[in-house]
Amino acid sequence: MPTSTPASGSVTEPRGAAVSALRPAARRTRPGLTRLWRSRYTIAGLGILGALIVLALFADQVAPYGPNRMRPTERLQPPSAAHPFGTDDLGRDILSRAVFGARLTLTIGAIVVPLSLLLGVPLGVIAGYYRRVDGPIMRIVDGLMAFPAVLFAITLMAALGPSVANVIIALSLAYAPSAARLARGSTLAVQAMTYVEAARALGVPDRRLIARHVLPNIFAPLLVLASFTFAVSVLTEAILSFLGAGAPPSVPSWGTMVAEGRNFIEAAPWLMFFPGCCIAIVVMGLNLLGDGLRDLLDPRLRGGLPGSGLS
Amino acid sequence: MRSYLARRLASAIPVILVVAIVGFVLFRLTPGDPAALLAGDNASREQIERTRQYLGLDQPLHVQFARYLGRLARADFGQSIFLGRPVTTAILERLEPTISLAIAAELLALALAIPLGLLAAVRANTWLDQAAMALALAGLSIPAFWLGLLLVFSFGVKLGWLPVGEFRPLRDGVVPFLRHMILPAISLGLIQMALTARMVRSSMLEVLREDYIRTAHAKGMTGRAIVLRHALRNALIPTVTVVGLGFGALVSGAVVVETIFALPGLGRLTASALLNRDYPLIQAILMLVAMIFIVMNLLVDLTYAYLDPRLRIRY
Repeated sequence: MPTSTPASGSVTEPRGAAVSALRPAARRTRPGLTRLWRSRYTIAGLGILGALIVLALFADQVAPYGPNRMRPTERLQPPSAAHPFGTDDLGRDILSRAVFGARLTLTIGAIVVPLSLLLGVPLGVIAGYYRRVDGPIMRIVDGLMAFPAVLFAITLMAALGPSVANVIIALSLAYAPSAARLARGSTLAVQAMTYVEAARALGVPDRRLIARHVLPNIFAPLLVLASFTFAVSVLTEAILSFLGAGAPPSVPSWGTMVAEGRNFIEAAPWLMFFPGCCIAIVVMGLNLLGDGLRDLLDPRLRGGLPGSGLS
Repeated sequence: MRSYLARRLASAIPVILVVAIVGFVLFRLTPGDPAALLAGDNASREQIERTRQYLGLDQPLHVQFARYLGRLARADFGQSIFLGRPVTTAILERLEPTISLAIAAELLALALAIPLGLLAAVRANTWLDQAAMALALAGLSIPAFWLGLLLVFSFGVKLGWLPVGEFRPLRDGVVPFLRHMILPAISLGLIQMALTARMVRSSMLEVLREDYIRTAHAKGMTGRAIVLRHALRNALIPTVTVVGLGFGALVSGAVVVETIFALPGLGRLTASALLNRDYPLIQAILMLVAMIFIVMNLLVDLTYAYLDPRLRIRY
């Protein structure tokens, strides 16, 4: 993804930015929550994420029809009371398919985000904590970041074949390097803090120091990254599905629906319109959430964090 | 500057090596028999055997990797399965539309993003700022392929103002080029616009707090002169990063945008290679883009060091 971060140890406003997101971590308790509550945009982002989760969990109850119910007599109907989003060329209800599409989107995000963090964060923390391995680890991360996420995912999909599991593998691998980079920068910043020095002087062993002092204090910037990673994985899944390399056709996916609608763009533009809206709204909600969390952690920054971009 | 250049070039070598290793792993991931795949569809048993030896697939792993490096250095990626031609040739033929599109998209993005980011920073926390940043947020959130389809529908189908689905090279004239390029460039450039506008705004805000800005005010300079001559110039430095590294995003975006607008470029080649499971071709495109990315990165860093001499010493 186009992180605004140069590959090797070079200049870098974004890295500084991510690291300084650490600063107010100490006073992040009550006043922070109140401020979060006061920010309308963050609330909107949370609300959209909440709606996505509810739709995904209760798709069976919410959707008026089954996602794959075909009614050849009702094909390509424009939006109406019976079919608020219209029907597609097989007579399937687009609203219902869109509701079920939330499942795939949530699944992708809910697995890719923790998996990419799980792959990236340990590497980053080790690189930041043990300076001897820092160089080698970060050169590997730099090398991985030279691959644009979408192209990398496309290549893996071509090798592994289209399936939801493969999409998840491809995206987690693609986004792990940004997690490693952010974790390293944050670890370096935490290491410079007096409390780490104090703990070390007291003879706290490395493992405990990392678990009790480093990890809790790099949690905040990682949370911001998680939000943006969710956003870009939703977009990238949509791109893969749009290109026919994502979820198989039987799984309702917003990207696939837009791709199918492409063939009927003149006769039935609603086919591609509504699923595209769903993607845009969810991605916007996640971006709002990420921006809000970042402002909360460091109001000084309102530009970009590594990983906030897309590719 | 020269020693910085040397150190920076040296630091690129391990990165290139990592890229090559990933490329090798991807090559080994080739579904089925790579030799049969790369020899082409109509290859005889002997040809496949010869390809196997050429690829070194009968050799131990380190020899295979060495051969892979050699082929990489020669940009030799074998035969495209679907096109039946060397992959490298196929890629070179398709470069022009993609490069034109990427440059058009980037220029459009910059032309919008710099004024937007500037206005947002100078009028921070006003409705103007909010409107500019809302636009940037929309740009980050709207999928390029969906925007492309919306543009095709409204300007191509409904209004019929602009042609859709053809490429006209620049040498055929500026007006036809632009008429065919404007919609794809908007679809592709939107994300770049959003990222750049945010970057310009935040670095402007940072610069406007600097002491030398206060000095300029104290000297009695007009606000306009301060903003344009002192602040914007410095604030644009981080923008170099967004522009330089946006290249990867532009190529990725081109895959969907060229598909929608039927432009005969690298992106559409990638999309059709994906549908045809033309693995050698996809691999080659990925490696090419990664290598170009490393070069762009190098250029970004060198530009930085040129613009800001302090960095030459620090790294």
